[in-house]
Amino acid sequence: MADEPNVHQPKTDIAPGYTFGTVTDQIASVVLTRRTPVFWYASFGVGLVLLLLFLLAVGLLFVKGVGIWGLRTPVMWGFAITNFVWWIGIGHAGTLISAILLLLNQRWRNSINRFAEAMTLFAVACAGMFPILHLGRPWLAYWLFPYPNTMGVQPNFRSPLVWDVFAVSTYATVSMLFWFVGLMPDLATLRDRTHNRFARFAYGILAMGWRGSARHWSVYETASLLLAGLATPLVLSVHTVVSFDFTIAIVPGWHTTFLPPYFVAGAIYSGFAMVLALAIPLRSVYGLQGLITDRHLDNSAKVMLATGLIVAYAYMLETFSAWYGGNTYEQALVWHRMTGPYRISYWSLILCNILAPQALWFKKVRSQPALLFVSAIVVLIGMWLERYVIIVSSLAQDFLPSSWSVFQATRWDWLTYIGTIGLFLFLFFLFIRLLPMISIFEVRTLLPAAKVEEEAQS
Amino acid sequence: MIKPIYALMAEFDNPTALVAAARAAREKGYRKLDAYSPFPIEELTDALHLHHNKLPLIVLLGGIAGGLAGYLLQYYVTVIYFPINVAGRPLHSWPSYIVITFEMTILFAAISAVLGLLALCGLPMPYHPAFNVPRFALASRNRFFLCIEARDPLFDRARTIEFLETLEPREVSEVAP
Repeated sequence: MADEPNVHQPKTDIAPGYTFGTVTDQIASVVLTRRTPVFWYASFGVGLVLLLLFLLAVGLLFVKGVGIWGLRTPVMWGFAITNFVWWIGIGHAGTLISAILLLLNQRWRNSINRFAEAMTLFAVACAGMFPILHLGRPWLAYWLFPYPNTMGVQPNFRSPLVWDVFAVSTYATVSMLFWFVGLMPDLATLRDRTHNRFARFAYGILAMGWRGSARHWSVYETASLLLAGLATPLVLSVHTVVSFDFTIAIVPGWHTTFLPPYFVAGAIYSGFAMVLALAIPLRSVYGLQGLITDRHLDNSAKVMLATGLIVAYAYMLETFSAWYGGNTYEQALVWHRMTGPYRISYWSLILCNILAPQALWFKKVRSQPALLFVSAIVVLIGMWLERYVIIVSSLAQDFLPSSWSVFQATRWDWLTYIGTIGLFLFLFFLFIRLLPMISIFEVRTLLPAAKVEEEAQS
Repeated sequence: MIKPIYALMAEFDNPTALVAAARAAREKGYRKLDAYSPFPIEELTDALHLHHNKLPLIVLLGGIAGGLAGYLLQYYVTVIYFPINVAGRPLHSWPSYIVITFEMTILFAAISAVLGLLALCGLPMPYHPAFNVPRFALASRNRFFLCIEARDPLFDRARTIEFLETLEPREVSEVAP
């Protein structure tokens, strides 16, 4: 870091004028001293109300079974799996920012990685619930894991659905560990700054006695590099394994080799959209424009544009390979998607995912937070529709026209979906209130004063 | 009158001063040193000769253990414990074991990275003498501390204070044990 070649072109990652003290105080004050803004109460309240609705929907599901959803033969994977893929995809941006950009030495990530990782954690929590709720008897979810049991049976390790159990649970665990390791020095800061006895005790227990010793920092740096190195292949594998849930089956529209990279790109696409959708309101409410600068928004929008183009390429490839492959069923499927009962969803996803994001080519759009926020929401809707179309339209019109039917979502489908958005908001705003949303110690390293001047040497 | 102390601690304003002080103390012959900073400083690690730690080895071993556990679990279940003959296909179907073997490798490696970090740092540590210095709370904000421990063979209360004063710190304090 000391011998970076570009020291002479000062491209600051955060606004000038910050010192170690002011950075610390500004970020810590959100948790410790400042009045909680009305925005927080409103968002947390919306989250809480939706969470209660979610509990209602899930309670009814436990009593009556998955029949309350619109699942009817042949569409047995409806909203639940769509939402699962959507949520887990959103999580991927957090790991990309925290792990891949760390390995690539993209230091601007330091001020957005903390809340992006929290977003990952809560998105995975929302995602993980859907396959379990979809089981029919969710209280037997532990049967998914291999354990010695009196039934004498074990999971089928040749099934991608079991791979998914391992991939998602590993992803959740590793994301949590990575996030916690990143939090430790900041928890120590909060412990040392707070005047509240209870808060000091709680943060003190969580910080585990961290005191910023040079011995600790050197191990700590090794640990975060190693964790980043482990999380990088992991994040790429998770959505690949999710796509195996589809590609290993022989259903037209699912059984293709390009689905894994296409899923990973789509995941990062929707994830960065969520990062923008969260960062833009947060930074203006808490006045953090100096730390989450326009450059961060610009970079995130560029990542969104790039991954959006990969997704656009995948759509073209999907259509092309159906036509060029000469498989009647694949061709019929693509035709049905474009002109059949799901045409409105299909064309809206093309509009949301391919056409609308082209606006991000223009610097004027990328420098307008309000426009960026809108385009992030558009992409989130588009990516949800994409998963919906892939899953539902492929199943609804399969090989036998006599078994075709159209999926009708019920109010409980919608409530369960919107309910998890509530759970996400609830957890996320709890995080904003209780923990530093920006990594304090990593932002300190961005300051010019953090550089050790070497004159005595040589 | 003379109570034993844990260490002497000098407080600095900026990372450059701390690194210079750490180098000077090493040169002077002090070995039981520790430095405290609000963020990791690469040069400080060099100055205190802290570059080698066993964490990579721990993570490697954890990863190998996880991979083996994942593979052997699947082998045991699909070949020995619960064999299913599907049209005579081999029971030891290794290509389908790859995903879970990979995930278990990552899982065990990551868990050993975190446990290894805590073990090598001796955390959780509910009590440490450094916290007896009131100004040490700033070590997690904007101040930099160099600590020479009393168990250092060269340590002498008066002479070490004198030495630390030559480094132009903001303050030198005694750390109660």
